[in-house]
Amino acid sequence: MNGRRISYFEASARMRLSGLIDADSFGEFCPPEMRQTSPHLARLGAPQAFDDGVVVGRATLAGHAVLVAAQEGRFIGGSVGEVHGAKIRGLLDKALVERPAAVLLLVDSGGVRLHEANAGLIAISEIMRAVLQVQAAGIPVFALVGGSCGAFGGMGIVTRLCAEVVMSEQGRLGLSGPEVIETVQGVEEFDSRDRALVWRITGGKLRRALGEATRLVDDLIPAFRAAAADLIERYQSHPLAPASLHALLDEQARLTTRSERFASARDGREIWQAAGFADASRVPELTVEEFNLQLGEPA
Amino acid sequence: MSEHAVFDRLFGVGGHNIASDGLFLHGSAQIGDQSVFVIGTRDHAAIDGPLALRIAGAILQAVRADAGTAPRPILFIADTQGQALSRHEELLGLNGYFAHVARCVDLARRQGHRLLTVIHGEAVSGGFLAFGMLADRICALPDAQVRVMDLRAMSRVTKISLERLEELAGESPVFAPGAENYWRMGGIHEIWSADDNWPERLAAALASATDTDDRATIGLERGGRQLAAPTAQLVAGV
Repeated sequence: MNGRRISYFEASARMRLSGLIDADSFGEFCPPEMRQTSPHLARLGAPQAFDDGVVVGRATLAGHAVLVAAQEGRFIGGSVGEVHGAKIRGLLDKALVERPAAVLLLVDSGGVRLHEANAGLIAISEIMRAVLQVQAAGIPVFALVGGSCGAFGGMGIVTRLCAEVVMSEQGRLGLSGPEVIETVQGVEEFDSRDRALVWRITGGKLRRALGEATRLVDDLIPAFRAAAADLIERYQSHPLAPASLHALLDEQARLTTRSERFASARDGREIWQAAGFADASRVPELTVEEFNLQLGEPA
Repeated sequence: MSEHAVFDRLFGVGGHNIASDGLFLHGSAQIGDQSVFVIGTRDHAAIDGPLALRIAGAILQAVRADAGTAPRPILFIADTQGQALSRHEELLGLNGYFAHVARCVDLARRQGHRLLTVIHGEAVSGGFLAFGMLADRICALPDAQVRVMDLRAMSRVTKISLERLEELAGESPVFAPGAENYWRMGGIHEIWSADDNWPERLAAALASATDTDDRATIGLERGGRQLAAPTAQLVAGV
């Protein structure tokens, strides 16, 4: 990558992957040559991709064995159909056998692919169960979110099941996209064309301030790589423990407090203020470094 | 059929003690000799953060109650129009609340609770993903509506005309709403008819529930999802 500043947001799934993992370490499963495409898209006369919009394989990162999946946001919004979803689920099944240091999900998806909505919804449910199973076996799954489609719909839930969520400021994470909310509830509820507002509701700085993202990094492929490598090291010395009743009761209390404390909140500025930023209106202007330095306890 | 009448049919008169509080259902019931926890949503609930927390809280209570003893099964009753659609809920991270519910379901499974879902009314998208769809075994009552999105909303999002979508829905089970389509794809294990003996079916469902996710295999056997299982196996290499 020659030390060039390569935007993670702008890059394709395959470019992100090649900058993220160790050089020449990647072995792809079910590669495009196998032509595992979606028959459902073909039936609707929609364009197809030979990898169905997701690249899965085995690699090393800073010398550690990892399994990786990278969604291609440029192909039907990184949406999850039958084949796309099955590739990710198969990768997670493989993790139970190979026991890599971590599974990395480079999420860039609006969620279920509506052209094959039923198969997509079930696939996401299968991915959810598989992520939980892999992590119950002590293998951490990391979600990396910094692509143009963000992590929405069921993939927003999958992302939050992961032990770690690394985001850039440009990354977005949520359940219902702003366009869906605007379409159903009206533009007064959520103006999806107000990009600054969209990022204050769903963007990386907001998610980090809530503790929904565990790291905020610059929009650079090497920055995501450094965060992933650092996290792998951390889990090597402190292995992931399966979620216990005690831990989930704590999370229950944390989320209950959040709902009560921000019962009428409608803008990220309220969250930033609570997370210790002196001037919440200026948070969008902060560099990632400044943001991380000024962030107190996530709200 | 009223909710109470549905419970009478499912568990027998006097076989249930389920309280409804707003859109939340919580209590216990009998399946044969087996006492089960009942947790659910009602009246086509749009699931928001507080409702998700009530579901999660009830699951955690059940796990705590049975710690150190034989874990009783948990029966989820799903009736949801999907996730709540609001800027406030998105700001607080509704996806994170749903992930929390899913973790609680997973904990219950790992602690040995068998998990059943009965779909009564609607099971839609995010609201269904959050808990009902994660059970060991999923049963649909005859009136159940199951979908990702209704065709009108889908038409707005995809910019494909409603007429075209309706036409496609007729020929494509992979995309059209309907419990039958989910059954064919393995997303629903059984659909009951009005003439069935529901307590017997419930007992049989409970007896056959296991903690492995067999939906892709079932979808292949029933012909509704021909590629999910083989593709996952191809990648997993196992």
